[in-house]
Amino acid sequence: MKSARSRAAFALVGVLSAGTLAACGSSSQASDDPTGPVTIEVSIDAGLEQAAIDAFDERIAQFEKANPDIQVETKEFTWSGTTFAAELAGGTLPDVFPIPFTDGRALIEAGQIADISDLVAELPYADDFNPTIAAAGQAADGAMWAVPIAAYNQGLHYNRRLFEEAGLDPDNPPTTWDEVREAAKAIADETGQAGYAHMTQGNTGGWILTTETYALGGRMLEGEGDEVTATVDNEATTEALELLREMRWEDNSMGSSFLYDWGTINQDFAAGKIGMYVSGGANYPNLFTQNQMNPDEYGVTVLPLEGDDAGTLGGGTLAAVSSAASDAEQAAAVKWIDFYYISKLTDQEAAVAEAEVAAETDQPVGAPALPIFDRETYEEQQGWIKDLVNVPLENFAPMTDQMFDQPVIPEPAVATQDLYAALDPVVQAVLTDEDADIDALLADAQVQVQSLIDRA
Amino acid sequence: MTTLTGPVRATTAATPPSSPPPRRRARRTPRDWLRDGGLSTLVIALPMILVFGVFSWFPIGRALVMSLQQTNLVTAPEFVGLENFVFVLSDPLLGKAVANTLWFALLALVFGYPLPLAAAVLMSEVKRLRGLYSALAYLPVVVPPVVAVLLWKFFYDASPSGVFNTIAGWVGLGPFPWLQDAGSAMPSLVLEATWAAAGGTVIIYLAALVGVRTELYEAAEVDGAGVWRKIWHVTLPQLRGVLFITLILQVIGTSQVFLEPFLFTGGGPNNATLTVLMLIYDYAFGSSLGGNYGAATALSLMLAGVLAVLSAIYFRVTRPWSS
Repeated sequence: MKSARSRAAFALVGVLSAGTLAACGSSSQASDDPTGPVTIEVSIDAGLEQAAIDAFDERIAQFEKANPDIQVETKEFTWSGTTFAAELAGGTLPDVFPIPFTDGRALIEAGQIADISDLVAELPYADDFNPTIAAAGQAADGAMWAVPIAAYNQGLHYNRRLFEEAGLDPDNPPTTWDEVREAAKAIADETGQAGYAHMTQGNTGGWILTTETYALGGRMLEGEGDEVTATVDNEATTEALELLREMRWEDNSMGSSFLYDWGTINQDFAAGKIGMYVSGGANYPNLFTQNQMNPDEYGVTVLPLEGDDAGTLGGGTLAAVSSAASDAEQAAAVKWIDFYYISKLTDQEAAVAEAEVAAETDQPVGAPALPIFDRETYEEQQGWIKDLVNVPLENFAPMTDQMFDQPVIPEPAVATQDLYAALDPVVQAVLTDEDADIDALLADAQVQVQSLIDRA
Repeated sequence: MTTLTGPVRATTAATPPSSPPPRRRARRTPRDWLRDGGLSTLVIALPMILVFGVFSWFPIGRALVMSLQQTNLVTAPEFVGLENFVFVLSDPLLGKAVANTLWFALLALVFGYPLPLAAAVLMSEVKRLRGLYSALAYLPVVVPPVVAVLLWKFFYDASPSGVFNTIAGWVGLGPFPWLQDAGSAMPSLVLEATWAAAGGTVIIYLAALVGVRTELYEAAEVDGAGVWRKIWHVTLPQLRGVLFITLILQVIGTSQVFLEPFLFTGGGPNNATLTVLMLIYDYAFGSSLGGNYGAATALSLMLAGVLAVLSAIYFRVTRPWSS
């Protein structure tokens, strides 16, 4: 989507890679000889400051020094949901490009990305990925066609200053949805700001409603393969919408803006207009670098989980390779993925070098994220860079103390974005129409989503 | 002349009186075409033909083909006949989008059509600083549309401290939800669209008013007509050709409204501002995995067809009045 999901994931990539999203470009020298010289085009995220570009170039120089047979060129590229399909069709994508978890399986099944599974299998950490996260880049037979490079779990972000002004303890954020409602009301009553805000536009309404549904033990789909059916009219979704209705119309604690997307809700949260909202747990880089949020006011905690099968929705970013890439280019591209995206998570020297560059360019270092490997590897990596960390880790403690204990549930596997899009109007209706019939809205959405699944 | 009369008469006499003289059409050869400047005409027209061909006619032809295909521009297209048209016509959102578009067009017509005319007539009556008023009226047109929308989005802040709500509060009104309510979202969009577009129409009307002969006003004054009777009996009849054109342009323009709902509300709340063009956009670009371009082009063609028929009917009906 103009995807909040993806943006959240990309923001995470920004933490890990000095704010750059790289992908390799279509080669300018095609060769089928994996051992011969090859040139790959490496894209760099559009709109970076010169310091970040210089840092990126330095990484390329290091890569070329370590791989004398590979020439790397740069090209600006940023994934966008509205243009990606056209770029894929037009052949203008780089050899390696980032995609959200939600797109991985469909692109693999359609053969629209290269099968690099043999190359990936040779990497020393190939079997060490978190299985839930690795699944996003795997074909049905388990072969890894796309490499997870960043992951996030959803979190409850909150403004510590507003908590204090409302008489709440920012070090003890809500742990149940009832407490979320109470805190939202307190913030609205005491500060005049929105106690709890909700995204509703550009598929984000469905994304967050799905998150809330998971947290209450529900699911949007059931079954696998050709047997997938929609379950959007489940009890947990109804409960989530009922909670929103109560906060909006009974407590008046949701402010006056009900057309938020990922970008605008981050803006208002950073500006101190929102007490709490749900989004990717790795939102901090965007809030800090693009919205100038005061780090001292930032707080994040895990989502309250209620119900027998409750979990937190997780997503992330994959690095994929163009299906047009030759064997040599694919080999070079996988080396680049290993060098640029992964080594900083598995190699101390690379991790420190990356963190030093980020710190020198005033970008956040050490903002916690969901590990793509295991907790041990993650904590080891955090230990390597602990002297360079420049984010207030204590403000992340409510999240980091509990996130490893929460089950992470992948996003709906089929027609994900279409499903989210179909739920946007449902959330909007509940927040803008006091008489909205939740059951009727969900019944209509159920029919619509099932139709989308049948067409997918 | 007289020397030719005889033979002509003789020929005429040999032909039945009721038959017209046969017209011999001169056969034009390529040489004639060249001699008459055909080549230079072609050379001059070629850039325009190429531009139109590449950027207008080819895409239109391509859209016709694509409307009969199932394609995501990545995998091979599949011919599906009229399936895309059936899909679009059975989409429950189509009725909503059409109704919203008509609602926007109606509101724009009621509020946006007379306003520039009134402004132009009033400005034409002003003797001093007319240029300044013209510039002020045209200023919104100069503001980039996206900037204007973002500016108005800020004004439409639904909190009590929002710009418009603060102003409304001075007279004891509001706060109003503006874009945040299904009922008020569309009128809010029309308000901004009228502000943004009125200036251009004002300039057209002002130019047309210059062409109204002053002796008509003088004659009306002699007959004792006041300002309103002069406007009704002289100004409006003299402007009717321009008025008809701007009316049909407005109807076509508002039927294709996209920018305002896209940037202000994304079609919300609850699809209250989902227009036909927004639906086309959603078909085409709603998914990063490849949009439903067949459905998008099918709906585009249907919209174009409706507007073409509407225009034809309009010009036919108004022909007696505008001549």
